[in-house]
Amino acid sequence: MKLLTTNFVQCAVKSCSSSSNCFPLHFTECELVHEDLEFDEDFIKNVMVKIDWPALLSVTRDIGNNSLPEEKPNIESCDEQVLRDLHLVLLETQIKDGKMICKNCDHLYHIKNTIPNFLLPPHLA
Amino acid sequence: MEETHVHAVYEAIAPHFSNTRYKPWPLVEKFLLEQEKGSIGVDVGCGNGKYIRYNHVYLMGCDRSLNLVEIARKETSERKNNGDVFTSDGLNVPIRPVDFAISIAVIHHFHTPERRIEAIRHVLSKVKKGGKAMFYVWALEQKNARANFNVEKKQDVMVPYVVPTTKEVHERYYHLYKENELLLDAQEAGGTIVDHGYERDNWYVIVTH
Ligand SMILES: [Zn+2]
Repeated sequence: MKLLTTNFVQCAVKSCSSSSNCFPLHFTECELVHEDLEFDEDFIKNVMVKIDWPALLSVTRDIGNNSLPEEKPNIESCDEQVLRDLHLVLLETQIKDGKMICKNCDHLYHIKNTIPNFLLPPHLA
Repeated sequence: MEETHVHAVYEAIAPHFSNTRYKPWPLVEKFLLEQEKGSIGVDVGCGNGKYIRYNHVYLMGCDRSLNLVEIARKETSERKNNGDVFTSDGLNVPIRPVDFAISIAVIHHFHTPERRIEAIRHVLSKVKKGGKAMFYVWALEQKNARANFNVEKKQDVMVPYVVPTTKEVHERYYHLYKENELLLDAQEAGGTIVDHGYERDNWYVIVTH
């Protein structure tokens, strides 16, 4: 699971969808892997417009990465290295195994072999 | 019905099924290539992830079948693709709205009109206002030899899938769409039709909301 994806997924339990606490999920016991991907400056710039920065900070802190600044970088004026760092965090950093917990209902989701599972047990589906 | 004749079947036939499904369909490819660089999209029912191959977008694929999603993960990783995969139900994709969506050869597996419309409505709800979603479904009006299974032109059918190596037969449930039926379902789901047509035994529609 790439960190960019964590900026979009939320709790799958229907009654949580109206709660602002269902996003982002809380990540714990995460094992990370690095996977090289080609850097594309315009791609990262356009993606950054869509990023919920506080949500990204919350997830990076969960996984023990404190490299990101408190404020969302201004992508029009920042230098290329900042964009390369964002590329590294958002696209090349993957959660191989770990857990995601909804801050609203405490439901636990597993990530195994880089694949998060959002299928719910029958009583919640 | 969907549990036995859709979910369980794909789980069982995943490795072979995936080997037969590599070529992207031209109009799906065109739709994806038209999306702006850096757009975020979702592929509901992504199967082996064959549409997660265009690196100007970030496409998140989801499917109920873990076996297929595992194949998608391996393939997209080997291709060095942007994008990601996860398992989820097609009627409950847990993401906040994104720029665009595709759902290719999926809606025809839901076995009531209500669930098919709900499925389209759910995919649309995952697209930002003004964004587009593309749907493909198998057509009743088929022109090639595969239509032999359905000489009586029934809309709700079981289509046998034979695994060549083992000769195992799995029956998959399909609702075969009549001309215009997909448009009506998409409108009923709250969508505005942008484009529609027929390609390779399938009806397709591009919808916005
Ligand atoms: Zn929840």
